[in-house]
Amino acid sequence: MDNFTVGVVVFPGSNCDRDVSWALEGCLDIRTKYLWHESSDLSDVDAIVLPGGFSYGDYLRCGAIARFSPLINALDDFVKSGRRVLGICNGFQILTESGFLPGALTTNKNLNFICDDVELDIVSSKGGWFNDGVEKQTIKLPIAHGEGRYHCDSDTLKKLVDNELISLRYKNNPNGSSFDIAGITNEKGNVLGLMPHPERACDETIGGTDGLFTLKSLIFN
Amino acid sequence: MDQFTVKVFVRLRPSVLDPAGEATKSASIKLGAEGIKSLRIGKMIEVKIEGNGENEVREKIDLLCDRLFANTVIEDYEYSLEKL
Repeated sequence: MDNFTVGVVVFPGSNCDRDVSWALEGCLDIRTKYLWHESSDLSDVDAIVLPGGFSYGDYLRCGAIARFSPLINALDDFVKSGRRVLGICNGFQILTESGFLPGALTTNKNLNFICDDVELDIVSSKGGWFNDGVEKQTIKLPIAHGEGRYHCDSDTLKKLVDNELISLRYKNNPNGSSFDIAGITNEKGNVLGLMPHPERACDETIGGTDGLFTLKSLIFN
Repeated sequence: MDQFTVKVFVRLRPSVLDPAGEATKSASIKLGAEGIKSLRIGKMIEVKIEGNGENEVREKIDLLCDRLFANTVIEDYEYSLEKL
């Protein structure tokens, strides 16, 4: 895995790209490469992270404009090839807007921008994104979002539940998300979107290491 | 080529909570306005567009609404069209 490289996508307005890169390189010794949103050549990366931030100013809706970037257009083949894609916060919003994951993310129920640590239940470890060992069914990760309320219709929710696509649920739902959903995967399991920030929980000096497993799992096949 | 002004209205679906609408409703009541049963906030997008007749323009606007202006998972849209 020496040459394994994670592409970290940079949109105009991304602001967690360097955090993700720092966590992968500094804490896990995994090589990263920044991918400008206008690039559509994904041939030299083995996994991709869509980081948090405010891509294209979040104009119209969060993630709505990013969906039309050359990089997102190229993502379809990348996902179909089975390689792993992790969308964090704004990255999750982009994945739902572009149809890689079902549902939508909209304004928090209480209208506040919430910046806090939250406790999360690992519901499914489909795709191996979370350590679902007996001793660690609950993790603590930071959230920082104004539009993180997951919404989907009842048929979609049933499909998510039946197919074990819900990865994470909030213990104390902070934003009004349907079914307390904080993170979901696609059916194959190689695409994960979540509102919490694993890259901000990779070192004890900044409050915890519960995010390490998810970032490390980018190198799983 | 015909020129049109199109006004697109994008609204959250009735089943989707609109917290901004609820907050504005609350402020409206504090202002003293009586009788407000519901208040929902949406967006209006005005597009000036040209095309060969209304049908062609409608096709373009339908595509824009469905793929960009609205996220149909949570939003509905409608539009009015005026020939200039």
